[in-house]
Amino acid sequence: MSDTNSPGSDQGPGDTAWQEYLTGGGQAGGATAASGEPEGPAAPRRVIGTPSPAASHRMLPPQDDGGTQPPPRELPAGPEDPARAKKAELVVAACFILAGLAGLGFLVAYGIIGVGSIVAVQHSNLALGGTLSIAMLLLGAGATIWVRHLMPDVELTEMRHPMHSTEQEKAAFKETFEEGAETSQFVSRPIVRRSLIAATIPLAVAPIFLLRDMGPLPGTSLDTTVWRKGLRLLVYGTGDPITPAEFSSPGSIISVGPEGYLDDDDAMAKAAVIIIKFRPGEVDYTSQPHPVGGKVVANWSVDNIVAYSKICTHVGCPAALYEQTTHHILCPCHQSTFVATQGAQVIFGPATRPLPQLPIGVDSSGYLIATGPFHEPVGPSFWERS
Amino acid sequence: MSIDRALGGTGTWLDDRLHGARGVRVLLRKIFPDHWSFLLGEIILYSFVILLLTGTFLTLWFQPSMTDVIYHGSYTPLNGVRMSEAYASTLHISFDVRGGLLIRQIHHWAADLFMAGIMAHMIRVFFTGAYRKPREINWLIGIILFTLGLLEGLFGYSLPDDLLSGAGLRILEGVIQSLPIVGTYLAFFLFGGPFPGNQIIPRLYILHVLLIPGVILALITVHLFLMFHQKHTQMPGKGRTNENVVGAPMYPYFMAKTGAFFFFVFAACALAATFAQINPIWLYGPFNPVAMSAGSQPDFYMGALEGALRIMPAWQWAPWGHTFAFNVFIPALVPLGLIFGGAAAWPFIEQWITGDRREHHINDRPRNAPTRTAIGIGVITFYGILWAEGANDIIADHFDIPLYWTTWAARVGIFVGPVIAYIITKRICLGLQRKDNHLVEHGVETGNIRQLPGGEFVEETRPVSDERLAVLTSRVEHPPLPPGETAETDVPAPGMRGGLGRVRERLYKVVTESTPIPSSHGNGHGNGHGNGHAVEAGDGHEHAALGSGTGPDSGADDEGPQH
Amino acid sequence: MSWITARRRHPAATYALVGLVLVLIGLGYTVITNGNAATAASPTSANPAQIAEGRNLFVENCATCHGLYAEGRAGQAPSLIGVGAAAVDFQVSTGRMPAASDSAENIRKPDKFTPAETHALAAYIESIGGGPPIPSAAAVNPAAGTYGLGQQLFVADCAACHNFVGAGGDLTYGKFAPPLTASTPTQIYEAMLTGPEAMPVFNDLTITPQQKRDIITYVTQVRSQPNPGGFSLGRIGPVTEGLVAFLGLLLFLVLAALWITAKHGKAHE
Repeated sequence: MSDTNSPGSDQGPGDTAWQEYLTGGGQAGGATAASGEPEGPAAPRRVIGTPSPAASHRMLPPQDDGGTQPPPRELPAGPEDPARAKKAELVVAACFILAGLAGLGFLVAYGIIGVGSIVAVQHSNLALGGTLSIAMLLLGAGATIWVRHLMPDVELTEMRHPMHSTEQEKAAFKETFEEGAETSQFVSRPIVRRSLIAATIPLAVAPIFLLRDMGPLPGTSLDTTVWRKGLRLLVYGTGDPITPAEFSSPGSIISVGPEGYLDDDDAMAKAAVIIIKFRPGEVDYTSQPHPVGGKVVANWSVDNIVAYSKICTHVGCPAALYEQTTHHILCPCHQSTFVATQGAQVIFGPATRPLPQLPIGVDSSGYLIATGPFHEPVGPSFWERS
Repeated sequence: MSIDRALGGTGTWLDDRLHGARGVRVLLRKIFPDHWSFLLGEIILYSFVILLLTGTFLTLWFQPSMTDVIYHGSYTPLNGVRMSEAYASTLHISFDVRGGLLIRQIHHWAADLFMAGIMAHMIRVFFTGAYRKPREINWLIGIILFTLGLLEGLFGYSLPDDLLSGAGLRILEGVIQSLPIVGTYLAFFLFGGPFPGNQIIPRLYILHVLLIPGVILALITVHLFLMFHQKHTQMPGKGRTNENVVGAPMYPYFMAKTGAFFFFVFAACALAATFAQINPIWLYGPFNPVAMSAGSQPDFYMGALEGALRIMPAWQWAPWGHTFAFNVFIPALVPLGLIFGGAAAWPFIEQWITGDRREHHINDRPRNAPTRTAIGIGVITFYGILWAEGANDIIADHFDIPLYWTTWAARVGIFVGPVIAYIITKRICLGLQRKDNHLVEHGVETGNIRQLPGGEFVEETRPVSDERLAVLTSRVEHPPLPPGETAETDVPAPGMRGGLGRVRERLYKVVTESTPIPSSHGNGHGNGHGNGHAVEAGDGHEHAALGSGTGPDSGADDEGPQH
Repeated sequence: MSWITARRRHPAATYALVGLVLVLIGLGYTVITNGNAATAASPTSANPAQIAEGRNLFVENCATCHGLYAEGRAGQAPSLIGVGAAAVDFQVSTGRMPAASDSAENIRKPDKFTPAETHALAAYIESIGGGPPIPSAAAVNPAAGTYGLGQQLFVADCAACHNFVGAGGDLTYGKFAPPLTASTPTQIYEAMLTGPEAMPVFNDLTITPQQKRDIITYVTQVRSQPNPGGFSLGRIGPVTEGLVAFLGLLLFLVLAALWITAKHGKAHE
């Protein structure tokens, strides 16, 4: 990065074409240093218009190559208006002093204000955050005023250099590279080259192999849940079993899970179920022993109580929003809407499959139980799902 | 300690070992052009620094473990509740560590600011054409950083294992699962089994604190180095050419300004963390897979993906025992894929269409590249509609709009909106160009009316100032394409042949559509307008009376610059 | 001249005056509208006088929609036979009934009747069809529940409509689940028990009275819990947080950038 900034130093005859192409002819202000406005390319010198207020407005000279004298002064020593600068100095100092005090306040607040309750944390957050904010704001303001009002306005120019290398540089590079390739005989001895590549392939692939044990293969685990015949439905959060006589108010819904699995998150992520109680005549039943589109399997319900998987078939959020009046189950994530009286078929939103219905019945004590597993995979679709 | 002694002592010690005087001097004198929009990138840089500092603090207490514990701590309402260690340790940081909640909130606000800054910076670079040669590599690095930032934020706010972010992880798992062929395998490998498992939090943790920040840090370093090496672009203005850089030197000016800005960025994060509660996980409760809340959204930078998922109709195809879940993997992959892929390809597409392979170091004013600006606004409209749809239930609730209407509006809007935005933006740009041309050719109205001897009233104009004139005339003409098949040559130039060549010609006309560049030496002199201007020495320059024709005098038209 | 008069031409004077008037208007509105806050009174056991009073109130205010004997009118208002005193107490004390307009959903508004009148109406409806009674004060006592258990039940069964902390949420076709910030413990109990409008029913055998108290404890405590991190931004999650980041923080920094890079003293034209 310590290259010269001037365009003149490394150019050969072929490079003036680039300059002219860019500038439309005419040389940019080259190494002519010092005072006056920098020349625009091919633009006539203007005599009207306001000059820049910058006290120093000049072209930076190119790098001196280890000269014996120090370079001439490039930046003005101080601001143009000393009186205004004096005022600004006081403002900046005040900002920094107050910032320091705020910082001190931060340390004091840390020491004095403890945490350990909601209210204490509220006070601590306000005090620590407030002092920190004030300190940062004042530091920023002070620094800004320093730059804008203490430092004199300056507008300097330095030259870019074209990004591409010169023809000689490129030729030299090519030469060196080809020399090295030739000496290494990488190209001229194909057996060596090819065997090297063959040797590295297994090792390059090895890291991918090492990742294999990150997880089990899915197998058929996505096809099933823990539900099976005889498992009681327990109300989530309370763990109580429930009878149809208790779950008797039409328009009721509650989240349930299989007995023994309520605290097992892995199981509940697929086994969460909602049961809904309908009024007689509300449900569109089918007498078929298996799901039919848009219908509730009558055999799988008890006393107008229907059980559906709670796991949305879109991307798996628990879909618990139930509108008693419209019988819509609405998943709050992406608004897939299922009609609970019609086999939870989808009427809006991105879900493509209805919520699977869980076959339920009652056991000898009268509690609701599953009478079998789900007849299809629950939750989001996946490649292997038919 | 005086400067002489410091440089003599420490300075010499270092220089003896590093040969630094010349190189560091170049750095000290390096000229930085000055424009407020050039500081947008610094928002990102300094937010990242703040993220590193606050994040390290958080790692001193956070437990990346999904082992269940029963909580007993300072947030007494949740005493006795079963939760993961990750969640419990986050409660501990918030309520039992002094400054813990503040640092947690600064960390999260800085992350939001990081992403907001990336969007603002990317938009600035796009609309000023600063991605053009030689800066395409930096543009690509920026897009990669954007993507990494998205992932980093997603993984970060999922670490506390609360109900809201856990729902987000469920959605992530469902999306991965839906990918054809490999989806279930990837999901099981990432989560170490079925959802939720007990591996995902520790795995996301190491991605979030080590791997992704490492890559981001490396890429930011390369990004900044390239910017240093190629020198920053500059806005058009007087004395600014394509071969120079005009501004103030790094030392002391730019150092001071960027230091000040660092304090402001920190102040912004601190103010937000003091007065605006963010991610109150104790209100969401620990994650459990049976629970869900209305109004669940990811952090705003994931909003467009969320909106895409909501907008998608229920399309799937299930032939021969397998399912193509279009309804899931299309919104997950296509909209952002198009935007990021299009953005990555855009510098090269623009180069191909215009044939412009010159280096560009002067920024375009957005109005001077009407098609590019219009395309950019169109893309922003597309992204913005998806983003708004991501919050559609909250919008519907707040503004009393029926829920399904918002989704239908967005479904139509993402196709219609960008087109309308393109058309309107392009017209606005061309209009602004005409305004600029008018100023150049006729000067600025002074508001002084004088009466000519013949009785007419004219308004005096004065020429535009030098600085402004340089800006107004900064548009550079595109070089013409080599002749294609429409020309009367035997063989069209390479790159202009065949159907693709015709497409290229057509696109060239669209992309370079602009008003003619005004002749800058008009500037109030009224050359060649044919209106019989009175030019009186000593009174400045005057313009024609207002009513004397709107034809040739109506600023730029399509007949060419001379009229 | 008083010090206010001396500053009447201060640049900030107009702003101060407008601000003062706005504050006064706001205060006045609060005072006026808060006068009608329903208090949860314990229901007395029904007596014939109360039922008669309820019958009169019903005929005057409710019969036009619900029918002269609460049998309902198709397409207009449902039958109230069997809904119980709890449903009436809920609907009337939250001001939803009498309904103001035929919108997608009735909203909470200042209640029209005193607590005594509300109980009379409730007693009347209970007398003609039975149904869940108004819960006692002990039944809805927020101090008698456990926050943690209530939170678990709430996020599993209620938050999908009402949001984590009861800040409300959207439903389909213009309906919405209201925020729970103003609901009394009695009203919360009654809403669970009777399932008003689109809300499902959670009877006392599905969610037991103790579990209902747990939920009431959660709802009433969480809504009054202080926000240790600053302003709550509505407690609806990342949407408002993102707005603050974009419209607040980014804008602030753009202004800071404009300040830092501003050129002073330059003549624009």
